[in-house]
Amino acid sequence: MADIVLKTENLTKHYGGVHALEGANFELRKGEHVAIMGDNGAGKSTFVRQITAVEQRTDGKIWFDGKEVNFTGPIAAREAGIETVFQNLALADDLDVPSNLFLGREKVLFNLGPFSILDRKYMRKATEAALVRTAVKIPNLSNTIRHMSGGQRQCVAIARTATFASKLIIMDEPTAALGVQETAQVENIIRTLKDNGEPLILISHNMRQVFDLCDRIVVFRRGRIVANLRKQDTDGNDIVSYITGAKTGEAELAA
Amino acid sequence: MAQTSHGVGGVGYDAKKRAWPAEINVFLALVILVVVFELIGRIFLGDSFLFNTRSDVSGIFNEARLQIIILQVSIVGIIAIGVTQVIITGGIDLSSGSIVGATAMIAMSFAQVATVNGNPNPKAMFLAQGWTDLPVIVPLLVAISCGLFAGLVNGALIAYTRIPPFIATLGMMVTARGIAKWWSKGQPISFPTDSFAAIGKGLMPVIIFLSLAVLFQLIMTYTRYGKHCYAIGSNEDAARMSGIKIANHKILVYVIAGVLAALAAVVLSSKNLTAQSGMGVMYELDAIAMAVIGGVSLSGGRGSIVGTVIGSLIFGVIISGFTFLRLDAYYQEMVKGVIIVGAVVLDQWRQRLRAMRA
Repeated sequence: MADIVLKTENLTKHYGGVHALEGANFELRKGEHVAIMGDNGAGKSTFVRQITAVEQRTDGKIWFDGKEVNFTGPIAAREAGIETVFQNLALADDLDVPSNLFLGREKVLFNLGPFSILDRKYMRKATEAALVRTAVKIPNLSNTIRHMSGGQRQCVAIARTATFASKLIIMDEPTAALGVQETAQVENIIRTLKDNGEPLILISHNMRQVFDLCDRIVVFRRGRIVANLRKQDTDGNDIVSYITGAKTGEAELAA
Repeated sequence: MAQTSHGVGGVGYDAKKRAWPAEINVFLALVILVVVFELIGRIFLGDSFLFNTRSDVSGIFNEARLQIIILQVSIVGIIAIGVTQVIITGGIDLSSGSIVGATAMIAMSFAQVATVNGNPNPKAMFLAQGWTDLPVIVPLLVAISCGLFAGLVNGALIAYTRIPPFIATLGMMVTARGIAKWWSKGQPISFPTDSFAAIGKGLMPVIIFLSLAVLFQLIMTYTRYGKHCYAIGSNEDAARMSGIKIANHKILVYVIAGVLAALAAVVLSSKNLTAQSGMGVMYELDAIAMAVIGGVSLSGGRGSIVGTVIGSLIFGVIISGFTFLRLDAYYQEMVKGVIIVGAVVLDQWRQRLRAMRA
């Protein structure tokens, strides 16, 4: 199907004898925002790590953007268009906003190997454009990340995904460490991404946030996908039953 | 892209709270130090530290003193340029002083003249082989190769065995000193060619120091290399996840530091017209001190070459100031120690203060 951005089939990861992820079948369509929920150790982050190739999967197939893919590492996944906002913000505190947005993929004026001259003007312009796209407002781009609030840091991390032509954005608990106001700020950015039609996988423990922002909810339990529900077909109690194992979900998935 | 209505402003953030560059603080410290010496001189000695008070010499400033201030820190300053880059990436280099010793010995051996006062040069290492009176490029290339090799070993150890930079460069510090002593069985190596001796003559060390400082300040600000130095020093995991090749970069940083130490060795042995195995002892610590006083953070990610240059000038002013006040050299060392610790404590306070305000 042409409108499927990401598809996994029988995605499996074993760490020695530990079956962290077992036969995950997952689909994400264009413009869709999907939430992944589940207890700690349910396999959410493991699932994401296989897609972004931070780890190599034990078994299974992944299709991305219409092609079957075998990324060799996170850089390859990123180059293909999968941008990840990590739980532990992957930002360099002592660099300013444009430097962080372009970290590891700087635009250069003259290519002199490691001593390539940077195109600072271009990167600054592109940064401004990315901040407009994600509706992030940072008063002074030349300030280092060290001097910013947690919310602003998270916004910068998210804006980074929008700087490059990303085809899929994955966020791993983007608001877990933020206050109320800052969480609202990040959620607004996620809504902007939705308006722009950018597909998103959101890992979150926050039920209200998930129902606010996502179209579909996938629940992991003990390394398996136990539920895959459209928002309008379910409610908080239902999801909690799946997360805790009160409902097993096998009947629904089989149907 | 469609503009949407979801935009929100920066939370609890003041645009005016822009970082005050650390270099300005360091520069103020330098100015205060000079003023203190000037005042003490005027009050107690009836002499000026900075200004020309002699009628038989023209000029407003005491140019001889200004020259000495910078000349005496130029050679360690060259090392400090490399050490600054190492510290910015979150590492440390304890081997630079010993690299100076070993490189001076080896390079000088290729810069010797064949005859002294009509007799064969008694100190020539390679007289039998006929490797005397070689063009200056030979000892220069030998020196650069020595620094490159030492830096490569340092960098590779740190990048691939993952041992702390402190240990890796400590090993190199001891080994390189051993090589310096072994090379001529402890004998000094003297009588360089005129062209080699010209490298460290007069104000040449200052010119070389400042040119290298400008070059590396530009590199640190405007190139990918510089950006990645700061990125690795402030968050190595983030740098790795962003696709920066950490191992390669670290090796390059230590190679540059090694080559700069080797260049310092060339200038030093040329200036002294001799190389001795004990050359450069404690230089690594002086270089680290210059960087730290200049605002380079030992935890990595912060600092600049400009800061280190100002830090080296603070060093020079202290030494000259103590000589000016006719105080013993012993006091210099004591005060130097206090200033190094003081600079780090001040930096910590500044960080904590800033963290509290954020």
